[in-house]
Amino acid sequence: MFPLGVVPYIVGGILIGVGVSHIYIATGLHATQSSFFSTTLSYVSKRPYFQQKQYLSSRGWRLTFAAGVILGAFLYAITLSPEGFFTTSVQWWRLAVGGFLVGFGTRLSKGCTSGHGISGLGSLSTTSLYAVATFLGVGILTAMIVQALGVIP
Amino acid sequence: MRAKHLFVFTGGLLFGFGLAFGGMAKQEVVLSFLQLKDLGLLLLLGASAAVTALTINLAPKILKRPVLGGEFKRRTRTLSKKTIIGATIFGVGWGISGQCPGSAWASLGVGNIPVLIGIASMFLGAYIMGRFFT
Repeated sequence: MFPLGVVPYIVGGILIGVGVSHIYIATGLHATQSSFFSTTLSYVSKRPYFQQKQYLSSRGWRLTFAAGVILGAFLYAITLSPEGFFTTSVQWWRLAVGGFLVGFGTRLSKGCTSGHGISGLGSLSTTSLYAVATFLGVGILTAMIVQALGVIP
Repeated sequence: MRAKHLFVFTGGLLFGFGLAFGGMAKQEVVLSFLQLKDLGLLLLLGASAAVTALTINLAPKILKRPVLGGEFKRRTRTLSKKTIIGATIFGVGWGISGQCPGSAWASLGVGNIPVLIGIASMFLGAYIMGRFFT
């Protein structure tokens, strides 16, 4: 069940939770991820959906947050990472097709692994519980089918 | 305003470091989780949600308001068909590629340049959703 051990997963999860908590205690903001795409699109699209007030008011700090996430992962790569930097062997077409569905689906659902999974469950939201059960179940099923079709990794 | 960005940035550092430390910046690790070969990411999700739950539930009892002002609110969303249809579409994309929004940024941070294709596609998907389905 845990071929790589459990410690990195638990420590990683605690660090993520502390990061989210740090922002919540200081600002009351829920540091979630997928809204970033909609709020950042408000800089370039004048469509009413992207220009809604909550997107305009949060687009600045969401850029700052994404920059922090990138740099935090970079710091891991140059310090504790056993193999240094990393490049995936997942095919480009999977990144493209999968990425499109992730962008579309998370915005339709108003949350992703962090929005529904961490902050939503942390807020004891039943909506988020249904969302998490759905994307976990569908994600497992899809990955199994992809694997069964002989697409590796 | 500056203080807010400083806290958000340092929180982001912890978030990104934790994602990378927990293996989620690697699409291969996410896929091996979804193929049920390594359930470790369930622990990562559980630990992060548990710490967050403690904070969201205890902070308002200890502090009246956030340190920089404002108010403590829960993250609430109304359940609708869109919640479930969206989560289903997200799940398919997650299972195909091993990417999700936060882990994609962390993946970029660990030098995974190909994930830029995924990030560009996420923008496109978010745009199409906002442009045609709202």
